[in-house]
Amino acid sequence: MSTVARKKSLIWDYLTTVDHKKIAILYLIAGGFFFLVGGLEALFIRIQLAKPNNDFLVGGLYNQVLTMHGTTMIFFAAMPLVFAMMNAVVPIQIGARDVAFPFLNALGFWLFFFGGVFLNCSWFLGGAPDAGWTSYASLSLESPGHGIDFYVLGLQISGFGTLIGGINFLVTIINMRAPGMTYMRMPMFTWATFVTSALILFAFPPLTVGLIFMMMDRLFGGNFYHPAAGGNTIIWEHLFWIFGHPEVYILVLPAFGIFSEIFATFSRKRLFGYSSMVFATVLIGFLGFMVWAHHMFTVGMGPIANAIFAVATMAIAVPTGIKIFNWLFTMWGGNIRFTTPMMYAVAFIPSFVMGGVTGVMNAAAAADYQYHDSYFVVAHFHYVIVGGVVFALLAGAHYWWPKMFGKMLNETLGKITFWLFFIGFHLTFFIQHFLGLMGMPRRVFTYLPGQGFETGNMISTVGAFFMAAATIVLLINVIVTSVKGQKAEADAWGDGRTLEWAVASPPPEYNFAQTPLVRGLDAYWIEKMEGKKGLTPAEPLGDIHMPNSSILPFVISLGLFIAAFGFMYRTEASWGLAVGIIGLLITLGSMFLRSVIDDHGFHIHKEEVLEAEKGVKA
Amino acid sequence: MKKWLLNWRLFSLFSVMALLLAGCGKPFLSTLQPAGEVADMQYSLMLLSTAIMVLVIIVVTIIFVYVVVRFRQRKGEEKKIPKQVEGSHTLEIVWTVIPIILLIILAVPTVSATFKLSDVKPMNKEKRDKHTVVVNVRANLYWWEFEYPDYGIITSQELVVPTNERVYFNLKASDVKHSFWIPAVGGKMDTNTDNKNQFWLEFDQKATDKAGGIFYGKCAELCGPSHALMDFKVKPLPRADFDQWVEKMKNAKPVVTDSVAKEGEAIFNKSCIGCHAVSPVDKRPEQARTAPNLANFGDRTRIAGILDHNEENLKKWLKDPNSVKPGNKMAGTYGNLTDDQINALTKYLMSLKVE
Repeated sequence: MSTVARKKSLIWDYLTTVDHKKIAILYLIAGGFFFLVGGLEALFIRIQLAKPNNDFLVGGLYNQVLTMHGTTMIFFAAMPLVFAMMNAVVPIQIGARDVAFPFLNALGFWLFFFGGVFLNCSWFLGGAPDAGWTSYASLSLESPGHGIDFYVLGLQISGFGTLIGGINFLVTIINMRAPGMTYMRMPMFTWATFVTSALILFAFPPLTVGLIFMMMDRLFGGNFYHPAAGGNTIIWEHLFWIFGHPEVYILVLPAFGIFSEIFATFSRKRLFGYSSMVFATVLIGFLGFMVWAHHMFTVGMGPIANAIFAVATMAIAVPTGIKIFNWLFTMWGGNIRFTTPMMYAVAFIPSFVMGGVTGVMNAAAAADYQYHDSYFVVAHFHYVIVGGVVFALLAGAHYWWPKMFGKMLNETLGKITFWLFFIGFHLTFFIQHFLGLMGMPRRVFTYLPGQGFETGNMISTVGAFFMAAATIVLLINVIVTSVKGQKAEADAWGDGRTLEWAVASPPPEYNFAQTPLVRGLDAYWIEKMEGKKGLTPAEPLGDIHMPNSSILPFVISLGLFIAAFGFMYRTEASWGLAVGIIGLLITLGSMFLRSVIDDHGFHIHKEEVLEAEKGVKA
Repeated sequence: MKKWLLNWRLFSLFSVMALLLAGCGKPFLSTLQPAGEVADMQYSLMLLSTAIMVLVIIVVTIIFVYVVVRFRQRKGEEKKIPKQVEGSHTLEIVWTVIPIILLIILAVPTVSATFKLSDVKPMNKEKRDKHTVVVNVRANLYWWEFEYPDYGIITSQELVVPTNERVYFNLKASDVKHSFWIPAVGGKMDTNTDNKNQFWLEFDQKATDKAGGIFYGKCAELCGPSHALMDFKVKPLPRADFDQWVEKMKNAKPVVTDSVAKEGEAIFNKSCIGCHAVSPVDKRPEQARTAPNLANFGDRTRIAGILDHNEENLKKWLKDPNSVKPGNKMAGTYGNLTDDQINALTKYLMSLKVE
């Protein structure tokens, strides 16, 4: 078999892979690693705040940990984990053999990865960024050392990766759907990925612009944000939040998508109000761009802007509410199985509703003057991002684990993880609403005794340890499963509705031996209900055209990684400029190679496919 | 009839919530114990929004619990395939329209309050009413300056204002962005490096008494290593007392009698006066005012905004400012002082009183 002949070492295989399933695993591992790092940083924060006047982590160092916690969790944990789910599932859900641009898919991953590694190098090279994940211009320009430079350059590199990934999924979903898979037959997770990708396309460029301005100011003597020289710091806030608010939806729409799949599967019912769900997703995506200034109510934009953004923000509650009720009514009349993914999905509803309603409270501009930059806001966005996104990622990981790795995660351990995480989450963040209302500002490294903050902070810290314990159990589960997990069937949960459950777990390199014909929403469910074993093929069995793997995505990203170091040390080290240029040459050279070398890919022959399929069936 | 019932329910929900929340926090700090017109307005908006939101949560929870209990898989149902329902237009319209109505109920008072809170016309009149109190707030890396332009006086760290009337503020920052927040009295506003912001607050006399005469103020925007320590205090006074205070400030001069304090004064005039003024009437431009005005230092309630006000803490602060407030701008600007010098300086600073 030629697939065996092409097999090289495992590491080389993953460094060069362009297969969306392997890239999904890369995203999962890298995102999971950064999730652990960000989680550790969160624990440090909570330990410092456990009691008043604590001296575990003070002043500047605390600010570094706080900045890195936010930045890591958003850009290097949540985003890649979302991409892991998208990569693992979306191409199969639409009946495709891969994404539209497999090479770019790998490039997107490696750019993200090197961006994250670059940012975290700051810990060992003089200190991490310390101006918050929002990195507001006046403070970040004042910040000494290279911390902010790491932030600015690292996020630019990984931002390219995300943008590439977003475009790739847009094209994939528009162009690569199997015959019969009309837009209104796409699974909800695919829809969410589609809208999310569009959001990425429009949201990341403003961030890039903001970052480039800041890079110019910090490294090349620019004045974009220096008021004394005619610059303006508020521009950064606008650019950041024009990206930053849609970013929330970039994370939470896929989460909604994951839950939509899980609710339908484990209620054994089709998604209630599918078309209104699609409509709501698109509407949320659209409104997501209209509300960024609600992060800036206290900046002094004046009552007209504040009022407009307040009302626009409230409007988002309507499509979100539609979704909540649709999920509830998906379960209504269903046959609900409480598997681990379903437990997360069920717990998500009350948790996310809490985060949603405090969002509406924050939208009331006049009252937000009190909430803004207080622990109330900290509680709010953790309810949205943990109660929504992290729950979804944990749910999705348990749900699609058998599909990705061919083994079922242990359900008992999964449920222990769930309960620890769920209890810990509410313990940590519920009380923070009240801390904020009682006058505790966010991003403080300590507080004085006698202000009424002691009990609340202690409870919050205890909760954080529950979540840490949950994470440890999850890791144990992963290890135990990989050693002696139960092998998963194609339809691993027995109730799969979408195309990914029709192919083997893990799927073969080419996903589908024959491109399937899609005859309606929940294509696999339809076939099963008609008593068929497999999908209806849309083409005769033939040779399958596959893309070649390539080391170039890795090298292109590595070049930028090297260049970033060079330009950062340009003014203080003699080698700086040279290294910067070498790095860029590596990148541009690899891009040149990619352009001139014809890569026609290869074919998996019909006979090999037949043989492989027989192996699966047997 | 039904509407009345709903109102009644909302009202009782309101009062229960108000009771619950009022137990939260300290009267000198908590937004839940509003101490003035602005905080009141914001508190009512909080209550209204919380009431609506609790209503939403209750509805969702009831359906949620019912669904999860009623439709869980039971023994013998493992094979059962439920009816595949597409959706329901009626239901979908219901849960689209009702939230819209709820949001309108919230949006109207929100917009109205937003405009009321931004009404700063009286401070910007060409000829300002002479009773209108205006304070220029300047936020600096970890300290606050309060200038009263109409009286020509400046103070730092402790804001003094008249009660039961609107006080107007000009807000700006001199280095990085900060945010001016007195939680019990009203929501915050940023002090930008680019422009001047304006807003007003009102300090209620009764609430001031309840809070013990002093409110806590906070910096609410991450501004550097000592962001958490950038506190200030607010002393609201009845109008007559406030006017008296202003007169005293206008005429205040350091009076040093003690011999140790005199020594301290000499050290101060050599090492500190370049940045710190000791008279409330400081005619230097704001760029030259790079440190807090100390004219009424002896009257203050905190050292460096956070430590208890006593000689021991003052010595600690003078000896090693970074151990108290990391990243402050004072450390390293006045050389090493001997313990005797620090003692003398402490005596002198503590003698700077206006009251």
